[in-house]
Amino acid sequence: MSAMPGEKAVIDRERLNDLISILNRQGYTVIGPTMGEGAILYDVVTGIGDLPAGWGDEEEGGRYRPVRRSDQALFGYSKPAQGLKGHLHPARQRLFAAERAGNGFRVLKDEGKAPRYAFLGARACELAAMRVQDKVFDNGAYRDPHYFAKRDDAFIALVTCAQAGGTCFCASMNSGPDATEGFDLKLAELGSTFLIEAGSERGAAILAQLSPRPATDADRQAGVAQIAKARQQSRSMVEGVGPMMAARLEHPHWDEVAKRCMTCGNCTMVCPTCFCTTVEDVTDLAGNNAERWRKWDSCFSVDYSYIHGGAVRSQGAARYRQWITHKLSHWVSQFGVSGCVGCGRCITWCPVGIDITAEAKALGG
Amino acid sequence: MGALPMDPMQPRPFRIEKVRKELADTFTLELVPEEGGEFRFAAGQFNMLYVMGVGEVPISISGDPGDGARLIHTTRAVGAVTAAMGNLKVGEALGVRGPYGNPWPVEAAYGSDLVIMAGGVGLAPLRPAIYQALANRERFGKLVILYGARSPSEILYPKELEKWRGRFDTEVQVTVDRAAEHWSGNVGVVTKLVKRASFDPLHTVAFVCGPEIMMRYGVQTLTGAGIDPSNIFVSMERNMKCGVGFCGHCQWGTNFVCKDGPVFPFDQIADIFSIREL
Repeated sequence: MSAMPGEKAVIDRERLNDLISILNRQGYTVIGPTMGEGAILYDVVTGIGDLPAGWGDEEEGGRYRPVRRSDQALFGYSKPAQGLKGHLHPARQRLFAAERAGNGFRVLKDEGKAPRYAFLGARACELAAMRVQDKVFDNGAYRDPHYFAKRDDAFIALVTCAQAGGTCFCASMNSGPDATEGFDLKLAELGSTFLIEAGSERGAAILAQLSPRPATDADRQAGVAQIAKARQQSRSMVEGVGPMMAARLEHPHWDEVAKRCMTCGNCTMVCPTCFCTTVEDVTDLAGNNAERWRKWDSCFSVDYSYIHGGAVRSQGAARYRQWITHKLSHWVSQFGVSGCVGCGRCITWCPVGIDITAEAKALGG
Repeated sequence: MGALPMDPMQPRPFRIEKVRKELADTFTLELVPEEGGEFRFAAGQFNMLYVMGVGEVPISISGDPGDGARLIHTTRAVGAVTAAMGNLKVGEALGVRGPYGNPWPVEAAYGSDLVIMAGGVGLAPLRPAIYQALANRERFGKLVILYGARSPSEILYPKELEKWRGRFDTEVQVTVDRAAEHWSGNVGVVTKLVKRASFDPLHTVAFVCGPEIMMRYGVQTLTGAGIDPSNIFVSMERNMKCGVGFCGHCQWGTNFVCKDGPVFPFDQIADIFSIREL
């Protein structure tokens, strides 16, 4: 059958091997979930043997544990420990290299080729986060070529969630567990088969090669039921959080959070939309060759706001306020979308379990 | 694949034509692009200046916006990059990215009186606006320059201030926080000069640049004198690593100071201007 965008089909799970091979042949490096370092992490996958079959995850404030499932589901977890940010907006990125030339210097041509990524198993919240970062790195005035060299051509094979994780609240951010656009393929794992649909022409062309059969009513209903189940989430973001926070920039609660917040910056590192960077300049010993690197930075560091004379945000309370008000309020003014997609990683990976949804509620209360 | 297309993070080498020592820790560089051509900017904009292998800093442009042949930056050596910049010599190169940011709305002030209030090296980002105002002097009512420095030896551009003061169509008042023996001028903060200055507050546009505390009192005094907050403009300073809205460092409330500022009409930021550590 030839699959039209939006039309649902079913494939056997072994066909994911074909999907990976086809993508590889088309020049994509396929990135998918893997079991590694005691956590589910995105990494290069070459076949379904690399996927975390039978693994789930247990997540709570300040707690993450991979756990064995009773079945062999390939995507039976809520979300990997780290999102896909690092692939499109790497933790370290060389901006340019320069070499001394006479009295001055010249900037060298970058001969590096950007990797062509296919993201297999991207969650709806990861896709939402990419679309948030798209707006950051193409802000109307400037477009970041380093980000878009990877993003423009990225192939997205989304896998919707079968269950919510302990810290997930995407349903209240309208960024999951399902997605309606922005993907090339969308899959839902139904036992040993996948419900699949194409969201782009290139997705449809690949789907046609995966021996799809038309989805039955029962398949479709199982897909709908699965999404409905994943929508059952214990946390939710308080309504109207953006305007509420903008009106409470001076509020006693900031000092209350600061008593618990260690300003470690873990939340910013695992946040799939946090984009802040600093730069690092390096030279060889003779000073004839220099490179400039961009590195992830965090608004929780004192140095982040340093201008001569001192840091603008010397207090932990001011730094927490910057992070959460930017994420939930100022972001909307800047980019027309919330900076939070409800993935809950900031809750999971906070060493003291500070919960963004609870702090927002406390501030609004 | 060759060089990445239109990379806003890549500096262009400029050659240092002239170095002038202004104050003990402050210097002016005159630069020309190595690739040739002109450098066009608007008064109040800034560049990211790169010292090879050392780093990059945002520095406002302090030359004449009507003269595209030379790019002029006055810089105070306050950190590693600006100190290294101060050690560069004529003939050496500096990387330039820019110009960035919103300018002083000089043209929008045509038809009004113009009050320029500067503190310390805050005069450097305002000098392009002064040049532009003087070049279009007939388009303004009164032109008032109020300048405060910590001490007489820290007065920036003293010869130019004298020259502007010598014009019959420009009022220039200078004050210092601490006088030395030979100083016969004003002593005290720059805001004290406002009540002596001659302008029509209902038809005045004011540009204010200096330390944040000075701008806070400056705006207070100017609004107190009757100037509408929407006609008062301030230039903000924040940490910047990119200048184009990618690095996040310069955020201030909903603003990216690099692209939504550095020049802001005061009424747009009045609600956040006095919030500590925002």
